[in-house]
Amino acid sequence: MNAPHRLAQGGLIDRARPLSFVFDGQAYAGCAGDTLASALMANGVKLVGRSFKYHRPRGILTAGSDEPNALVELRTGPRREPNTRVTTVELYDGLVAASQNRWPSLAFDIGAVNDWLSRFLVAGFYYKTFMCPAKFWEMLYEPLIRRAAGLGRAAGAGDPDHYEKAFAHCDVLVIGGGPAGLMAALAAGRAGARVILADEDFRLGGRLLAERYEIDGKPGTEWVAEIEAELASLPDVRIMPRTTVTSVFDHGQYGAVERVNDHLPVPPEHEPRQRGWKIVAKRAVLAAGALERSIAFGNNDRPGVMLAGAVRAYANRYAAAPGRRVAVFTNNDDGWRTAADAHAAGIEVAAVIDSRAEPPAQFAALGIEVLTGAQVSHVHGGQGVRGIDVVDARGRLTKIDCDVLAVSGGWNPAVHLTCHLGGKPVWSDNLAAFTPGATPPGMHVAGAANGALTLAECLHAGVAAGAMAAVECGFPIASFMMPSAEDEASGVTALWHVEESRAKAFVDFQNDVTVEDIALANREGFSSVEHLKRYTTLGMATDQGKAANVTGLAILADVSGRAIAEVGTTTYRPPYVPVSFGAMTGHHRSRDFRPVRLAPSHQWAEEQGAVFVEAGAWLRAQYYPRDGEKDWLETVNREVTATRASVGVCDVSTLGKIEIEGADAAIFLDRVYTNTFSSLPVGKSRYGLMLREDGFVMDDGTTSRLAPERFVMTTTTAQAGRVMQHLEFCHQVLWPELDVQMVSVSEQWAQFSIAGPRSRAVLRKLVDERYDLSDKAFPHLAAKEVAVGSVTARLFRLSFSGEMAYELAVPARYGDAAIRAIMAAGEEFSMIPYGTEALGTMRIEKGHVAGNEINGQLTARDLGLGRMMSSRKDYVGRVMAQRPALLEPDRPVLVGFRPADRKARLRAGAHFIPLGATVTAANDEGHMTSVAFSPMLGHWIGLGVLKRGPQRIGERVRAYDPVRNGDVEVEICSPVFFDPEGARLYG
Amino acid sequence: MKYSVFSLLREAFRGHAGWTPAWRKAEPKSEYDVVIVGGGGHGLATAYYLAKVHGITNVAVLEKGYIGSGNAGRNTTIIRSNYLLPGNEPFYEWSMKLWEGLEQDFNYNAMVSQRGVLNLYHSDQQRDAFARRGNAMRLHDVDAELLDRDAVRAMVPFLDYDNARFPIHGGLLQRRGGTARHDAVVWGYARGADLRGVDIIENCEVTGFDIAGGRVTGLDTTRGSIKAKKIGLAVAGNTSRVASLAGLRLPIESHVLQAFVSEGIKPAIDCVVTFGAGHFYISQSDKGGLVFGGDIDGYNSYAWRGNLPTVADVMEEGMAIWPGLGRIRMLRQWGGLMDMSMDGSPIIDRTPVAGLYLNCGWCYGGFKATPASGWCFAHLIARDEPYEVAAALRLDRYATGALIDERGAGAQPNLH
Repeated sequence: MNAPHRLAQGGLIDRARPLSFVFDGQAYAGCAGDTLASALMANGVKLVGRSFKYHRPRGILTAGSDEPNALVELRTGPRREPNTRVTTVELYDGLVAASQNRWPSLAFDIGAVNDWLSRFLVAGFYYKTFMCPAKFWEMLYEPLIRRAAGLGRAAGAGDPDHYEKAFAHCDVLVIGGGPAGLMAALAAGRAGARVILADEDFRLGGRLLAERYEIDGKPGTEWVAEIEAELASLPDVRIMPRTTVTSVFDHGQYGAVERVNDHLPVPPEHEPRQRGWKIVAKRAVLAAGALERSIAFGNNDRPGVMLAGAVRAYANRYAAAPGRRVAVFTNNDDGWRTAADAHAAGIEVAAVIDSRAEPPAQFAALGIEVLTGAQVSHVHGGQGVRGIDVVDARGRLTKIDCDVLAVSGGWNPAVHLTCHLGGKPVWSDNLAAFTPGATPPGMHVAGAANGALTLAECLHAGVAAGAMAAVECGFPIASFMMPSAEDEASGVTALWHVEESRAKAFVDFQNDVTVEDIALANREGFSSVEHLKRYTTLGMATDQGKAANVTGLAILADVSGRAIAEVGTTTYRPPYVPVSFGAMTGHHRSRDFRPVRLAPSHQWAEEQGAVFVEAGAWLRAQYYPRDGEKDWLETVNREVTATRASVGVCDVSTLGKIEIEGADAAIFLDRVYTNTFSSLPVGKSRYGLMLREDGFVMDDGTTSRLAPERFVMTTTTAQAGRVMQHLEFCHQVLWPELDVQMVSVSEQWAQFSIAGPRSRAVLRKLVDERYDLSDKAFPHLAAKEVAVGSVTARLFRLSFSGEMAYELAVPARYGDAAIRAIMAAGEEFSMIPYGTEALGTMRIEKGHVAGNEINGQLTARDLGLGRMMSSRKDYVGRVMAQRPALLEPDRPVLVGFRPADRKARLRAGAHFIPLGATVTAANDEGHMTSVAFSPMLGHWIGLGVLKRGPQRIGERVRAYDPVRNGDVEVEICSPVFFDPEGARLYG
Repeated sequence: MKYSVFSLLREAFRGHAGWTPAWRKAEPKSEYDVVIVGGGGHGLATAYYLAKVHGITNVAVLEKGYIGSGNAGRNTTIIRSNYLLPGNEPFYEWSMKLWEGLEQDFNYNAMVSQRGVLNLYHSDQQRDAFARRGNAMRLHDVDAELLDRDAVRAMVPFLDYDNARFPIHGGLLQRRGGTARHDAVVWGYARGADLRGVDIIENCEVTGFDIAGGRVTGLDTTRGSIKAKKIGLAVAGNTSRVASLAGLRLPIESHVLQAFVSEGIKPAIDCVVTFGAGHFYISQSDKGGLVFGGDIDGYNSYAWRGNLPTVADVMEEGMAIWPGLGRIRMLRQWGGLMDMSMDGSPIIDRTPVAGLYLNCGWCYGGFKATPASGWCFAHLIARDEPYEVAAALRLDRYATGALIDERGAGAQPNLH
């Protein structure tokens, strides 16, 4: 395959390494070192995409990440990436790309009918119509609009590649590897600073790769290679190619994306596709260069109309000729370089059209036709430039044949990153561009990004910024021989829009925003630059306005009769280039989205065939099915029945556990709990209730006194973290004077609840015989350190199930051994393990509250725990709990419920409605918080909160559950369904 | 000029030369009956309903930047009325009813799109909590459906049903919920208010209040002093700062919330989906961008910018439910200032200063409330008594304990 537009020589491509690729089903050949854009160009492919609204044919405008037009769907299947700029895709062998947002084909796109209808489809037309009839919006108009809108198609399937997150720290982060960035990195690196040099491109050099500059008498690329070699030799300098610094955050944090393997068909095994970096830098040097801008004139969007600098990049770097005959339209000296370079590359130059009266002298020798004081008013050709109309200063029209028009409207410094922390760019009349205003703390801006547009200036500014950054980090100034470079001309006279244009003149190419749209928006009062953006969508395309914004606001200034500085810019927001979800997610996806916490008995439970359930970050055994059990309910019924009949064991290690020690530990507990703990004897446990500062219940649990100044607190699983925070806050902020220390030991202890009438018998076999476990010596609520084999354990006589029960805690590393030992000891008593379902059933049978009741919306009184609020001491939440609305007699209070028809099933979340009342919010009296099937009672039972519930025992209400078609008559009863006397606790 | 397909056609044939500004660039007068501080959705809606419903047209809306420059123009555009508590639900349902007729009412296409809001649940406990909320909605005559896993899967088949850390068990669906075009809401209210004589004064920042004998008589601005019989504050994240100019210390903290939009893609998700095992919500705009967000950054701030860990967190949560997002690119992120209240619910009430009215505490849910907020605030200002559905949104409820705490998170604004 031959590439018809490949120049015979030159370029930074490796002609010895041909690569084949496919675009829209057609096979082509390129070379290593090509981008997809340059390879398409070398093959003479001009039509690459279609615009968003009018579906106008579009080609390649730029040679970088500011490309608005040439977007493709890259790769196929689950790796399909919509909206990928061909200008940033490194060519690889076997690359497959397809054009997007066109039907049936790129060359013949039905959507282009919009271009004919464009007089109706002006900016904001949709705000004025599609209103009648109202229903038609969702039924008709919007579906049509949605189908037409959007760009490429998402893959739709899970991304098969993986991603990484990475973190780096440095003294100086240099953003951009062009002449200024290279000099900055070298200056800082030689000074001894830890430097990271991040560059978006796959090759260092920036504009030097695209130009024919010489530095120190050497070709620019040769000079770059030497600098790169020295940087690579410095031990504390890290070069990161293919890495775009996308965002600046507070405190010297920078977000960056490294495209690790996007240049390969598939990432190598064990390597990520992309890496999302968080770089923390003491100082940064922004050397991101400048972005060339276009000029708005008739049909300035035709394929073949390109930025002048991009034409040079394709010719010089990629040896790809954008066309056979190029015309240049410029308002500045830089555009002339395109004519010179095209000429040098053997591409015919039709003419240079300079809007200024006085073109730069140094290009006069080229012998190219020059039209000064002239402007291009129109482009001929549909899917490719065929010629241009030029209007000169006296209004005469000349038609010039060409197939490429290189346009330079001047350069916009890439100020983006200077604005992420709120900096506002400043207008420079001299440069006809915005330059950085206030920069983020620690950031220096060097080179073209700072408005220094000549090479010599860039080199100097880079050295100065790099050296300054290093000095600010405490390094000495390194000696430096300043490289010498030619002093180019860089004059510019602003030109935004050619008045004589007859056809649509585009400002935002991708979103099809024209000069007329801007004028219309201004006419309608959308004259704030932000309103302009939002009304016309100017700058909201995937190039984030890089190609459009400054031109757009300059035209707005013009039509609204204001100065550009007065109009100002829209806010430059992160990220600098769009960032994939994958890069920001790294490995935190699918099952690895969040860490999984496993109970110490997890492996054993797995061996038993337990079914697990997510409980926050924990995975807990929900129930332990046995062969022949038809559903979960049968299993849970068996677990409850067996526990109550003999003995069962449940891993309760997920409960929060906090050790609290110190001379004032008891006082501290008195202040955080509603009830008193200073009176708790050593060797005893007590149930405690904790309120938030606002008087609502925060958590409950037991706290045991192991020694006079040593307690261990348990919290619920869900609130373990929050309670710990709360205690730390109370100590550090409210009562720093208390002598108390605390530490979370939730993960240090494996804890098992051993419940049932035979629980003591099981423990007797486990606990060293020198400990008396009799009811007298170790009664309900006793707590003690004991020996289990050679292990020091903690034994608590606590019951959540209502049975005689113990909690045995062993150091977590013995957890697996402990559950096996417990089960072995219990074998003769037919001991069974039970999961969270049976745990829940037994606590509901006993009327104990849990997370469904302690939901942050209920008070202690609401939960029937008002008696636990001590009146003899102060505690957190006491005062706020006395607020009048919290003392209202009508507040829903916890009671029990059983179905009037005992066969009926109850569901939590049902609301209570008085019998015979209409089902309206006004008659809503509360809701069911928890339900379970009680195997002991043989029917469903529930806990819930009901207005004046305790006074209505025996009454019936409806448990109304319309979202599940439920409507059950229930009887109000005591929340304690089983063993109301609590006799089973003892024995 | 009335907007319609006919006016659009007519203008199309004369080069769109006849369109006039959607609202006048009004200069401040020396005195108004009512001054609304804050030209966001809520402030403009208030002015609109003052003029339209109450016939009070000598009204100014003062905006320190351009209208809609705060949270009204920077949100994830979700509208819904799927609240649990009786203090909230009638208010948000009134808002939904106003949304349903809004465009015809103010003659502006705000693209109110009732494409459904689906809250995913990931555990039995969460299912029951969602059932409780869905039942509460139904008791208020609001649509709510509790979907099981299969029904969710049929509706949004591309989510992760097989390999998720927190499996999807089902969802609570409000079909009448959806999205609206946020900027258009601002412009529609502005145009409607302007047509009725309201002065919309941009680039006019309030610098002080004139208070005499416990009554507000006017305010000072960067464009001069203005006398006013009544003043309403609707300044969202700037509430604590502006109110302090009137000597008020409010139960409001300002926090940063980030939101995000992706590159435009062809239709990929039709409804609004929220993730229940974290905090993430996503929908797709008519233009094709995925619009998404998550939790607030968690610390008090007046800076309009967020931080990187929250960005990563939000995007992880997106991937957690929708693995196909991996190669989709986030195009733009922004941070707004949320007026977080102590119970997560708003305040529309009088203040201790006579004639000064307060509209704040929207947390990160203010957009959906825009119509009802404006309606109720206008009613309060015009009649000096709360509109029925906003009667619970009182400033003194933190003292009385009549809180409206949907999440049960307590008086800690960063947890709401």
